[in-house]
Amino acid sequence: MKPPESTIGPMPISLSAEGPVMSRPPVGAAATHCPYCALQCGMYVVDGEVTPRTDIPANAGGLCQKGWTAAELLDSPERLTSPLLRGSPVSWDEALDFVAARIRAIQAKHGPDGVAVFGGGGLTNEKAYQLGKFARVALRTSQIDYNGRFCMSSAAAAANRAFGMDRGLPFPITDIGAADAVMLAGANVAETMPPFVRHLTAMRANGGRLIVVDPRLTRTAKLADLHLRVTPGTDLALALGLLHIAIADGYGDEGYLAERTSGFDEVRTSVSAWWPERAERVTGVPVAQMREAVRILGRASRAMILTGRGAEQHAKGTDTVTAFINLALTLGLPGRQGSGYGCVTGQGNGQGGREHGQKADQLPGYRKIGDPAARAHVAAVWGVSPADLPGPGRSAYELLDALGTPRGPKALLLFGSNPVISAPDATRVAERLASLDLLVVSDFVLSETAAMADVVFPTTQWAEEEGTMTNLEGRVLLRRQAVPPPSGVRSDLSILYGIADRLGCGEKFPTDPRAVFEELRRASEGGTADYSGITYERIAAETGVFWPCPAVEPGEEPHPGTPRPFLDRFATPGGRARLVPVEHRPAAEEIDGDYPFYLTTGRVLAHYQSGAQTRRIRPLTQASPEVFVELHPDLAERLEITPGDRVRVLSRRGAAEGVARVNGTIRPDTVFMPFHWDGANRLTNPALDPVSRMPEFKVCAVNLERVA
Amino acid sequence: MRLVVVGNGMAGARLVSEVRARGKDVRITVFGAETRQPYNRVLLSNVLAGTSSPEQVRLLDPRWYADHNVTARLGVTVTTVDRDARTVVASDGTREPYDVLVLATGSEPVVPAIPGAERATAFRTLDDCDRIRDAARSARSAVVVGGGLLGVEAARGLAGLGIPVTLLHQARHLMERQLDAEAGLVLRETLAALRVEVRTGVTVSAVHEKGVELAMAPSSVVASSTAPSSAAVPSATASSASASSATLPFITETVDADLVVLACGVRPVVGLARDAGLEVDRGVVVDDEMRTDDPAIFAIGECAQHDGMVYGLVAPAWEQAAVVADLVTGADKGARYRGSRLVTRLKAASVELAAMGETHLTEDEAEIVRFSHRHKGTYRKLVIRDGRLVGAILLGETPAVGTLTQLYDRGGPLPGDRAGLLFPGPLFPGSTTGAVADSPVRMPDSAKVCQCNNVTKGEIRACWESGGRDVAAVAAATRATTGCGDCRDAVEGIVGWLCEQEVVSA
Repeated sequence: MKPPESTIGPMPISLSAEGPVMSRPPVGAAATHCPYCALQCGMYVVDGEVTPRTDIPANAGGLCQKGWTAAELLDSPERLTSPLLRGSPVSWDEALDFVAARIRAIQAKHGPDGVAVFGGGGLTNEKAYQLGKFARVALRTSQIDYNGRFCMSSAAAAANRAFGMDRGLPFPITDIGAADAVMLAGANVAETMPPFVRHLTAMRANGGRLIVVDPRLTRTAKLADLHLRVTPGTDLALALGLLHIAIADGYGDEGYLAERTSGFDEVRTSVSAWWPERAERVTGVPVAQMREAVRILGRASRAMILTGRGAEQHAKGTDTVTAFINLALTLGLPGRQGSGYGCVTGQGNGQGGREHGQKADQLPGYRKIGDPAARAHVAAVWGVSPADLPGPGRSAYELLDALGTPRGPKALLLFGSNPVISAPDATRVAERLASLDLLVVSDFVLSETAAMADVVFPTTQWAEEEGTMTNLEGRVLLRRQAVPPPSGVRSDLSILYGIADRLGCGEKFPTDPRAVFEELRRASEGGTADYSGITYERIAAETGVFWPCPAVEPGEEPHPGTPRPFLDRFATPGGRARLVPVEHRPAAEEIDGDYPFYLTTGRVLAHYQSGAQTRRIRPLTQASPEVFVELHPDLAERLEITPGDRVRVLSRRGAAEGVARVNGTIRPDTVFMPFHWDGANRLTNPALDPVSRMPEFKVCAVNLERVA
Repeated sequence: MRLVVVGNGMAGARLVSEVRARGKDVRITVFGAETRQPYNRVLLSNVLAGTSSPEQVRLLDPRWYADHNVTARLGVTVTTVDRDARTVVASDGTREPYDVLVLATGSEPVVPAIPGAERATAFRTLDDCDRIRDAARSARSAVVVGGGLLGVEAARGLAGLGIPVTLLHQARHLMERQLDAEAGLVLRETLAALRVEVRTGVTVSAVHEKGVELAMAPSSVVASSTAPSSAAVPSATASSASASSATLPFITETVDADLVVLACGVRPVVGLARDAGLEVDRGVVVDDEMRTDDPAIFAIGECAQHDGMVYGLVAPAWEQAAVVADLVTGADKGARYRGSRLVTRLKAASVELAAMGETHLTEDEAEIVRFSHRHKGTYRKLVIRDGRLVGAILLGETPAVGTLTQLYDRGGPLPGDRAGLLFPGPLFPGSTTGAVADSPVRMPDSAKVCQCNNVTKGEIRACWESGGRDVAAVAAATRATTGCGDCRDAVEGIVGWLCEQEVVSA
């Protein structure tokens, strides 16, 4: 094996090409970042015009249509500018008084856990941090979780298990361009984060090869040198088959396995039962293609395996990611300069959002809420007794599922999420929300969930406020305020203060993002995700700082941040990465005579998540106006469906309609629906992963029929 | 509850881990005749070929039994089942009481009753593999007797070690249970290119020090094949066929070999069950719960006979193990085994072969779709009944194998386009980079060129007409190329074409 390299490694380079649009910072422009995905493309916003930044490596001057049109929502007529109480505009005081009084009454009757909080992966670090603190300190409820549970929680659980740390990409994104081989398992970046493709293009231009695992020949798969068209729900079997081949064909890196890992023997034994022909029968991926994939990865001197939601959003998502990590470890990739395993995080602050305490079992700095030392540290920062901090609460779906039930919360405060559209078994979730005594939603438009709320708080959005975001690389970025918010709206920090103040602890909830970040730094100090050495000034000067970045004593050189955290050792107690044997099992709901087709869900380029933002932007709705059902010509022929027909899709949980798109790029046994509209998630299965509590969004059994 | 498992091969070892996975409260004792940890017999041909090491085929780690509180009696055989006392008696004299007994005794290789058979090596266990590989080190030529699945894999493996191999088979074509004659021929030619000489319709009459003696039956009298007798030896069982064929005028010939491997089929090991008075036909007869006629005794794997079938593949054995584990632990009292669909997948380097279901049906009985290209080693055949795939042969690399196996397994309806099933496109189509394959001339104005920013050719043309003469100008005006960047070449092509048009028309 190579000698260990320094922990810091060389600082990342930017994409060498100039930005596609030559641009200088507009005069007086504030540097900010796109409101959408985890790539967090750098941009300037002036007078409602967006200009891409070239100094941010993730996009290096590129933007997709979502980014270019992001500013259209700033002055949209659909903006909320007044609090709503049961649909009618009221003053801020009236709304806040109402909410605080109801919280008091409900908690008096049902205890602190009678009130729950639900956050989002699009919230800034400051908001995510403050929301977690608000739940534990102001409400003293254990009932807080967030929609990131529906995003990358399986990858997070698997990475923590293997590496002792979950940083989506444990290397700068620019390392991708220099790789010899990249495998993308269940990630359709050409639709979800188009500028990411620039890095893949750079890799391929340098002779690198791309492997894509996907049931569909997506736009990303079309770029690939090798596409493994896996049966929905069988990624785990595929990964086991690939690992079997890697070992049998001698691609295992024995020196690396001996020096840097533990558990290989058991994993080797466990994949003995996954000879390639067996994996082929389960996955439908021909043995020859599996062998070729392993050969490409095994022969590359710098190779990466990256997973996305396609592999992760399953009731066995954690084990699936573990199987891909086992493959990466067997090939000796993680912790080597230029190679590794990574998760392609989805939501804008999907990384930071999972680090600072809006997750049911977490405290800031990626600390565990059950860990006495973690509780003591955070309680000291918050000025409370560790004994007063609640313990872990319900996970996202379990929380939504419990709302309004005899033992569940009776009130929900919801920030930055639209679960009526984005949660699985959405009909059930809407029923639960409707049964609450109090639903409070903070949003800048009247989302489907906000429309159900007793109280809606109109809040500021991205370019109207300051705050930090941690992108898919673990690079902490600064969003500057670019425009003033419309009159009548307040920031989430101000809303949390307003409620906390009425509950008697307003002094603990500053409204200035910078003040919150300073506190976050102290709360995260010594934790896994240590931000204590990061300042707004450093982020601006260095165009982002990679965590962990601990504070140093006065007079010492500041810590440079950690672009590649595993070069010397992994973050496990012994410093070794752990291989964990995992076993394949069928999807929670397999196809049968009544529901003979797989449904898989996903995204389209023009929309983001539940579509609450993008469905209100005209160029985006023109590009992608409505929900569709993609199916194979063979299936269409059999069901006498022609392109453009209205199709009804039925599952055991509900029905949804969409326009038929007939396309040979999908497997004949599978239909696809994007979930940005009301529909797809009425069908999906809320079966949960036992470790990550991730619902099985990516596969369920459906039937379909033409609507007469 | 006390569970005793006799047999620690693919079926027995699987059962033990399946039971443990469902709960900790069953007391488990497993007897294994081999002293080794259980291993994956499916991969033995890889071990023979040297592509897998013995560690790589291990199914359970040595520590597994201790970690999971299972008593493993390796190298100990069970000699008697005392059904009245519900106790098994082992070869070392120990007695082990059971509440539930599972027989997973597997099968044993058929060794033909011919002179010198003891000079040959069977191919069944990891120890056999060791013996064959040892012998292969000094061997100058080898003979494999029996052209079924295992024989073909063994012959390919030995050829891969650099030894000239002759594969002898009694039936008229290789793997006649799975393949039709044409496929057998294509396989034979594929193997020939890999330095395996195949001779069919031949019978081995003796094994000598330096080779085997053949008695070639005139083709008209080659017996129709059944399991053991299809190998290139007279039937080991006292069948009338071998008695009568012995009287025929055979021509004899000697094939030189200093290594002779027997792959003449297997026979279920049923002695223990028979001695215990259980109902035994070809295998130990079981019902849908895999129970024998003694409700406390189950049988699974290659020793069991379910609904008239004795399975010789691992997938059915594992399905049976899961059913028994469900029943024994009470995890699913309704678990039943309903038979398996058989997919045979040859594991031999450079020979891609999959065969499934009823491959021998004729045009009178089924719809047959067939493609043969012997020159390239390709043969594909679909057997379709009632619009569903009931059998298939795929020889030579093809991406169709994944789809067809699943269509066969699920029994789902087939698309009308049968040819599309046989020719789904190349295995390695390569990348289709470049947003536009069409030339700019043929592209309609409505064609979307930049997906990321939803820009059509018409919009690029409009931009060009209002003065945007290069990619940067088009990008600044339309945002094309600014997303993933993949359409850059296409935009360049369109702009270049428009500029050329201008020159032409000027």
